[in-house]
Amino acid sequence: MLTNFITVGLILFLLGIYTCLTRKNAIGILMGIELILNAAGINFVTFSHFGHNHPDGQIMALFIIVLAAAEAVVALAILLAIYKRFGTIETEEASTLKE
Amino acid sequence: MEVINVIFFIISAITIASAVVVAVSKDLVHSAFALLGVFAGVLGLYILLSADFVAVVQLVVYIGGILILILFAVMLTTKIDRKNGKRIPMNRAMEPVVALIGVAILGFLLFKTIIKGGWLNHFSSRFVPMTAAIGNKLLSEYLLPFEIVSLLLVLVLVGAVVLARREVK
Repeated sequence: MLTNFITVGLILFLLGIYTCLTRKNAIGILMGIELILNAAGINFVTFSHFGHNHPDGQIMALFIIVLAAAEAVVALAILLAIYKRFGTIETEEASTLKE
Repeated sequence: MEVINVIFFIISAITIASAVVVAVSKDLVHSAFALLGVFAGVLGLYILLSADFVAVVQLVVYIGGILILILFAVMLTTKIDRKNGKRIPMNRAMEPVVALIGVAILGFLLFKTIIKGGWLNHFSSRFVPMTAAIGNKLLSEYLLPFEIVSLLLVLVLVGAVVLARREVK
């Protein structure tokens, strides 16, 4: 059963990497990163459960969730600032630090 | 087959199907809504793994916070009604194929490693409440990371406001 949970985490991780590699839109890339972080959380909680419910892995998953929230907030604030300046958040068009 | 295995397969099927929609959908709004399925499915997996507190935090922070934030950002920045009518040149059209090949090789290698692991392969069948244990650990062994994270949250709050505000004349 542990292998099944780890495999679900692996598939989520791979789909996240695929999303990051193929999306042009910056918010799409952020969604891929969220998928990867969820996969990491699944791995930590799985090993925590199958290691006799030791709470360390779950605490690590909690820290991952908090850091994901902080990262999403800052990234979206930056994206809004980029959108105000360039009028787009496509990563191909907004490729310089200033206009 | 036990009931818990059936539940596991249903939940993981929902999770993976939603993640596929997130990865391949042309429309960013569809991706953002499919993210709900991913987060909810991961929540279900956490409950199956007897991680009750983590599951509730996932519900409150991910589904209640990050998802709403991403939806707002999508609707504020993307022109939803614009169709992607631009012709893609040939070498750019090959990009998803190349990414797929790389991801498939990586996934194959990782999967072989997982299969080789030789881990125990059944539920430990001990479903115990974890909140008290997590609370004790957070305020004893993990006190310093806990405080650093709270400091980080304050910094993020201020930083996001500074980044997103209008310029004051």
